[in-house]
Amino acid sequence: MEWETVIGLEIHTQLATKSKIFSGASTAYGAEPNTQACAVDLGLPGVLPVLNEEAVHKAVIFGMAIEAEIAPYSVFARKNYFYPDLPKGYQISQMELPIVGNGHLDIEVDGIMKRIGITRAHLEEDAGKSLHEDFHGLTGIDLNRAGTPLLEIVSEPDMRSAKEAVAYMKKLHELVRYLDICDGNMQEGSFRCDANVSVRPKGQKKYGTRAEIKNINSFKFVEKAINHEIERQIELIENGGRVIQETRLYDSVKDETRSMRSKEEANDYRYFPDPDLLPVLISEDYKTVVKAQLPELPQAKKHRFKDQYALDEENAAILTYSCQMADYFERVLKESGCEAKLCVNWITGELSAALNKAGLEIMDSPVGSERLAGLLARIRDNTISGKIAKQVFEEMWQSTATADEIIAAKGLKQITDTGAIEAIIDKIIADNPGQVEQYRSGKDKVFAFFVGQVMKEMQGKANPAEVNKMLKVKLNQ
Amino acid sequence: MHTKTLIELAQGLRSGEFSSVELTQIFLNRIKQHQHLNAYITVTEEAALQNAKAADVRLANGKAELLTGIPIAQKDIFCTLDVKTTCGSKMLDNFTAPYNATIVEKFNQAGAVMLGKLNMDEFAMGSSNETSYYGVVKNPWNTHTVPGGSSGGSAAAVAARLAVCATGTDTGGSIRQPAALCGITGLKPTYGRVSRYGMIAYASSLDQGGPMTHSAEDAAILLQTMAGFDEKDSTSVDCPVPDYRAGLNNSLAGLKIGLPKEFFGNGLSSNMAATLETAINEYRKLGAEIKEISMPNLKLAIPAYYVIAPAECSANLSRFDGVRYGYRCENPVDLTDLYTRSRGEGFGKEVKRRILMGTYALSAGYYDAYYIKAQKIRRLISEDFKNALAKVDVIMGPVTPTTAFGIGEKIGNPIEMYLSDIYTIAINLAGVPAMSIPAGFVAGMPVGLQIIGNYFAEDSLLNIAYQYQQVTDWHQHTPKGFE
Amino acid sequence: MSLTADDVNKIAHLARLGIDKHDIESYAKDLSGMLDLMTRMGELNTDDVEPMAHPMDQVQRLRPDVVTEQNNRKKFQAIAPQVEAGLYLVPKVIE
Repeated sequence: MEWETVIGLEIHTQLATKSKIFSGASTAYGAEPNTQACAVDLGLPGVLPVLNEEAVHKAVIFGMAIEAEIAPYSVFARKNYFYPDLPKGYQISQMELPIVGNGHLDIEVDGIMKRIGITRAHLEEDAGKSLHEDFHGLTGIDLNRAGTPLLEIVSEPDMRSAKEAVAYMKKLHELVRYLDICDGNMQEGSFRCDANVSVRPKGQKKYGTRAEIKNINSFKFVEKAINHEIERQIELIENGGRVIQETRLYDSVKDETRSMRSKEEANDYRYFPDPDLLPVLISEDYKTVVKAQLPELPQAKKHRFKDQYALDEENAAILTYSCQMADYFERVLKESGCEAKLCVNWITGELSAALNKAGLEIMDSPVGSERLAGLLARIRDNTISGKIAKQVFEEMWQSTATADEIIAAKGLKQITDTGAIEAIIDKIIADNPGQVEQYRSGKDKVFAFFVGQVMKEMQGKANPAEVNKMLKVKLNQ
Repeated sequence: MHTKTLIELAQGLRSGEFSSVELTQIFLNRIKQHQHLNAYITVTEEAALQNAKAADVRLANGKAELLTGIPIAQKDIFCTLDVKTTCGSKMLDNFTAPYNATIVEKFNQAGAVMLGKLNMDEFAMGSSNETSYYGVVKNPWNTHTVPGGSSGGSAAAVAARLAVCATGTDTGGSIRQPAALCGITGLKPTYGRVSRYGMIAYASSLDQGGPMTHSAEDAAILLQTMAGFDEKDSTSVDCPVPDYRAGLNNSLAGLKIGLPKEFFGNGLSSNMAATLETAINEYRKLGAEIKEISMPNLKLAIPAYYVIAPAECSANLSRFDGVRYGYRCENPVDLTDLYTRSRGEGFGKEVKRRILMGTYALSAGYYDAYYIKAQKIRRLISEDFKNALAKVDVIMGPVTPTTAFGIGEKIGNPIEMYLSDIYTIAINLAGVPAMSIPAGFVAGMPVGLQIIGNYFAEDSLLNIAYQYQQVTDWHQHTPKGFE
Repeated sequence: MSLTADDVNKIAHLARLGIDKHDIESYAKDLSGMLDLMTRMGELNTDDVEPMAHPMDQVQRLRPDVVTEQNNRKKFQAIAPQVEAGLYLVPKVIE
């Protein structure tokens, strides 16, 4: 039988606010345990939540970017369950009236565009962390993360393969960073994914029973976990079994999913509107203001880059992969006055290679856009050749000097003084009568030998075009 | 000295007739002397005397406010920094609050001297103070009867003059009912008028703190300090606080008083009704017009309340789990054991009953039938009040169906106990302000008159109560043995 | 409407509330009494009524995104039942 896979993703993005969603405690990552858990985060008796305006703002930005309905009236609800990393015994979330309604995101897989529906996105508070290393057989609880704002983005079950799911997740990851609403750091848990996976015989309308795979925190694992889960379900059904609705945990070490029955037991979250919080109103005026502030979105930017800078699909995609990369490119372009092609070649070539080698992101590049522009400007005005430029770039990577400083210090300036070049050419011709004879008898290939000799003599600093021109004249005399 | 009004005491402190230290010592002595009332859970003697000393300095410097140096007491539901805060529960018997409630902070700023923390029904759930882990409080008018609840310790302490005045909280009548049963003045402000930050939540959409005092004037002074916007409480309302004492002398001529016929039906004993009739006659003499009105949905207030309040409390009390503070059971074998035993051993029976009720009402399959239905009834009740208060200025009625009942009389029958809150509960559902003022005695036990006003009309309630207290002296009576 | 002992056990588990088995019946009786009281709400038709969650039709106020809280771990953990290395300790959580 042929099977069809149905996948929906729930993605938790930590919103990049300074303080927590309902308290004034810091959200900075990596602090000593429980030093950023204030009275409100700890759920002390008598404390009350007050909503962070920036969390609302970021949720609305996201809603706008996916062309979603922004709820004029949304409500916070309590989701009740007991867990030691959940201090109040309930999570403040949104249930019936989320802040962001129906929207969509377009993905591309194997050159085919596909629109993925986004059912909703709602604001909620993150829980703390349980640390399982041994405290005499006990578990340690760190509540620093408790109360960090999350936007939970729930997709429609529109994806039909793990590949599509990864494409969607990557696209969303790119978007939230473009919008500057989430730092996207998956290692630190800023962007986490749960996948709902089911299979059904091809052609069948009704969805199969789904399993939810929890907390898959890298693109690679999402693909593996989903593919593994698809296989498991198909095998189960083909052997006469039935998929049960449950939560499963992906084990990246063993590359398998396993049931998490302990968490599943008698889930009855008893949602009801949180009486400590009032309805959130979003006015049309507010939406207009946010809309005006929206940055250029990845898709639009890619199209513009292709048109404006005559880039091919691949280069446009690389340069618009992140907002920082795109900005870097446009700054280099503007400051160097070079043509786009040269900038693209340098950024996707030398710079990207160096960044990859050092494991750095573009925003952490030791060579900033200003210094790179300074270097490319010297290529443009023939001060140095492309080859020398690579040497200068390596120096720049190690230091904070500008291209001009390095060129001056190392004496790398191209020699454009025709007298000096002429003297060298005369010397080379005099030293190599045999080759001169060969050339003059019609062996054109020997010309390259002369160019090489001249450049070697001049330590690469001569302008190759000038050398060519003068050599021709001299040899033909 | 202890029978003086707040204003008289403030004047005495200013004139140098006595110091705050002396005054505080007198009250501390009285607390010890009348320990059998069980009004206090914690007495903060040392801190009180220290603060009294500081108040005396402030008085000498001429920088005092009306409450500077006045000995008051806090219901043990308000978090007090470095002072045990129990909420009447074993769950918090070992809990020292690491912060101050907003209103506690405000009283501190005003220079009031806190004598200690007052007994109450566990987590404010009860109408008799019998659910307190620290034992029942005795009504100073008859120590075999209850003081009412949940602010029973506050009412008894003020009535017995073990504090000049006190704070209380009111979720379904918890200020007004004990005030009525102990013969003092109690005011439940409009929902959102007084900050709830640091006040341990029972039912968040109903809870409201307020003053419990001898007179309307004292209540005005306390409310002046307690009221006001608090940025730490999302439900706190940002609207100006009037000068509550400024309007006390306004004339009541032409005041329209509505008497809901639903308040004067079968449930009310005949001598209670007669006492209230006499009180209302006083208002006639003061120039008020009396009108009968009808509020048809009031009869559903109790069922709606006993869905909404338990639902909210079932979530509010989930934080008491033995992990970060409060009671933890001995040697838990696993996580479920830690939760169920800590909560099972830490909470008393009434609290458990309401948590169970609320959990049930919110659980899958019942949410619409109970919770949503109750929220709809709540709107209808609130509309009853809006409609009535469009026709009349204030509504008057009883606070309780009878005077204080005997200790142990109703505790075995929770439903009967709930039904005794029939006149107070609807007010919390609507969120309007209401007062209870002493209006006479039946068989030697105090009777309260309830005055209910429009949203944020505390000033007018205080004026109406004050005018009555100018022509009657019920609020000046002191129970025997406490003179 | 009446609740059975079994119902009470289920709700008690949801609420993580330990209840003495000798008390189960009495809770079942009390809760059933409360439910009887509540069935009175059914007397009123409320089809066209909006549920009311708060006494006043107010809206949520928003707080500026500013860090106002400092580390107060020492004070908060002084009242904790069991802590070590700055962590709250609980019986082993099994996932």
